[in-house]
Amino acid sequence: MKKLVKGNEAVVIGALVAGCDAYYGYPITPASEIAHAASEYFLPLGKVFVQAECETGAINMVFGSASSGLRVMTASSGPGISLKMEGVSYLAGAQLPCVIVDVQRVGPGLGNIGPEQGDYFQVVKGGGHGDYRCIVLAPSSVEETYHMTIEAFDLADKWRTPVFILTDATLGQMIEPIDIRQEKIHRAEKPWAVTATPESNENLVTSIYLDFDDMENYINFLHDKYRQITETEAKAEVYGADVPDIVLTGYGITGRMLRSAVDKLNEIGIDATLIRPQTLWPFPTDVYRKIVKPGVPVLSVELSRGQFIEDVRLALPNNKVKWYGRVGGHLPELNELVNQAELCLKEAAND
Amino acid sequence: MTKVYEKSPVFFDTFERKPSYKETTHYCPGCGHGVLHKIIADQLAELGLQDRTIIVGPVGCGVFIYYYFDCAAVSSAHGRASAVATGVSRANPDSVTISYQGDGDLAAIGTSNAIHAANRGENMIVFFVNNNIYGMTGGQLAPTTLIDQISTTSPYGRTVKNDGFPLRMAEMMAGLEAPTLVARVAVNNPKNIRQATRVIKQGLEVQRDKKGYVFIEVLAQCPTNWKKDPKDACEWIDNVVCKQYPLGIYKDQVAEREAQERPCERVDFAAVARQLGLEESPEKPENQIEMIAEELRFKFAGFGGQGVLSLGMLMAQMSMEHDMDVTWLPSYGPEMRGGVANSSVVVSKNKIGSPVVDHPDVLVALNGPSLEKFGPLVPAGGLIIYNSSLIDHVPDGLKGKVYPLAATDLATEAGTAKAANVVVLGFVAQKTNMFELADLEKFLAKSFKKPALLDVNIKALRAGWEAADKS
Ligand code: SF4
Repeated sequence: MKKLVKGNEAVVIGALVAGCDAYYGYPITPASEIAHAASEYFLPLGKVFVQAECETGAINMVFGSASSGLRVMTASSGPGISLKMEGVSYLAGAQLPCVIVDVQRVGPGLGNIGPEQGDYFQVVKGGGHGDYRCIVLAPSSVEETYHMTIEAFDLADKWRTPVFILTDATLGQMIEPIDIRQEKIHRAEKPWAVTATPESNENLVTSIYLDFDDMENYINFLHDKYRQITETEAKAEVYGADVPDIVLTGYGITGRMLRSAVDKLNEIGIDATLIRPQTLWPFPTDVYRKIVKPGVPVLSVELSRGQFIEDVRLALPNNKVKWYGRVGGHLPELNELVNQAELCLKEAAND
Repeated sequence: MTKVYEKSPVFFDTFERKPSYKETTHYCPGCGHGVLHKIIADQLAELGLQDRTIIVGPVGCGVFIYYYFDCAAVSSAHGRASAVATGVSRANPDSVTISYQGDGDLAAIGTSNAIHAANRGENMIVFFVNNNIYGMTGGQLAPTTLIDQISTTSPYGRTVKNDGFPLRMAEMMAGLEAPTLVARVAVNNPKNIRQATRVIKQGLEVQRDKKGYVFIEVLAQCPTNWKKDPKDACEWIDNVVCKQYPLGIYKDQVAEREAQERPCERVDFAAVARQLGLEESPEKPENQIEMIAEELRFKFAGFGGQGVLSLGMLMAQMSMEHDMDVTWLPSYGPEMRGGVANSSVVVSKNKIGSPVVDHPDVLVALNGPSLEKFGPLVPAGGLIIYNSSLIDHVPDGLKGKVYPLAATDLATEAGTAKAANVVVLGFVAQKTNMFELADLEKFLAKSFKKPALLDVNIKALRAGWEAADKS
């Protein structure tokens, strides 16, 4: 059944539909509505909700419940995610499934509470210490936020890994209809979990391997898993012309705005195509390589001064990839995007 | 010959979780950890709690506690054991959750997590091993290091001036309301070990009975970093350490406490749907939308409190019920200052791209500043509806078609000025051909349950509709 909800609330509804058992969080704008909704819905259902003393507390409660085999989540915004990163490294190191939502705001430092996409490096490239990866999903609408949250719990279970959902202040605050219905959930067996039963006595959840050989083998094992994830889970939306003159690319709210720009460009006779990564790690490199032919210019738009574009350039080493974006809390206007695309085409023609 | 003592079955025979030297412990000779482990293992066995026990280990010398206990175990980051144990305990309401922490771990880097777990009265038992120094990292100053005590980061001895006073955790924990049992014991001589055993047994019984939070501070010897032989280390506890950290029961409410159950339920979709208030088959509006365009982009702007956000929501809700795609975006952050709030609504027959409304097809300006700010952004062919009850100056050079609407006056006539946004709803619906009056009235009937209030709002709606008809 359809319901109009805020992006932040859609996260919680998705979590409930996915059978999430526990929520641990700490208030921060613009992510707080996630904690509000979680407390409103989880407690009467007999599920676990705790407002932790701090972000590190919240992520480590997630660690404890994930160790126990629960479906568990937390959410925050940039400054809080920075604090959680210690825990994320341990979660990745101990291969614990969980879901973490980052409703990006403006940084660095206190920044402001407007939308930005400056947490890309922090979330997609690591953030915590050590050589690990987390799956990162990037919705661009409230409906997709809802569905990706459900998917995130399944992916976390399937691969025994933390999964991030990367949204932003706009996606978190905006309201759209979502269609809520029962979904097929793939809850994994977790024979490794600590469960206060005789069967779990032998279970040990840890990320410490004192012996160098053991540790090397373990890291190699993790990276073999990451390779499999890269091969199977990368996803992107492609929209627009089959044989584009120009490719526009961006993720999240930006990707969605570019969809309108593609429509506008196609209206004025420019064959444009959007590539919108739905997974940021693994990055959908193959999609870029399939769609973007040599010589076709690419306009990469993000609400940060050149983070996302690094992955686009790695995917397309032989194409000219131009950056455009706004920061500080601003969203680009549609006309701005169309003008930038035209400029990009013009520059490519002059090369 | 009768057997008077045997190794606790809670201990492994050989330490298979250890990478090498599986017959010996990793602790130094004379270390207090081993004595404490033995007491805990004995009491878990005696109380039959082994299969319910989950041990959360710290960072510090106790990090490898799982080498020795044949129990489920979790390693945590430095200082985070109490938070991890919270997650374990909440997930496993039937568990005996042990958080085993040292003084750097619990009293320095993890103080906040420790205090708050205690303050929530989590069902867990915390063993706080106080040997007043950092063991594993190499003998650095701990919050518990004694005045004048030498450490690798207080080579001239701890001074109050530079490092403050030794921290008394048991006393702090006992000051909180939630904990059930708080004590300080020592494991340096037979008498103290007997007392520690009694308290630890009682603490584990509290866990068995789910009676809340137990904090047991254990004064333990660290001969290695104290640079004393094991015998001198034990004596030093009696002669010096206990002066700073007196042994005793600091809080005991075991008898008064009831079992506290904290649920961790799995529920089916039906329960979730009920909790979300989802209706089985909501009533559909009778009439289809025949909008004046495939897609309309609205901006509703006014003072905070004029209902511009809820006006946007009413439009969005109605549009959704008519199976249109719709987005609603509130004004945000600094935009909210200066008394101007706005919401952007996009209604479309197709999938909506950008939810941002830079150049509205329809602007509703309920106050002067909104008209000044957004009026010029409306393109030719767009509609500008402004509240002529409050706005007497219309900026020059507007490209859109301008409609004055005395929204506040009409609403006041209907019964309350607060219904000005519903006057606007009626006007906009008529002008854009979006909804039938009958559907709108049905919709209001769902939104306003009180008959008197509904009556006022229906009047307001019709007033807006008629005004649009006439203009
Ligand atoms: S360093 Fe101290 S606390 Fe650590 S094992 Fe050795 S004696 Fe025990």
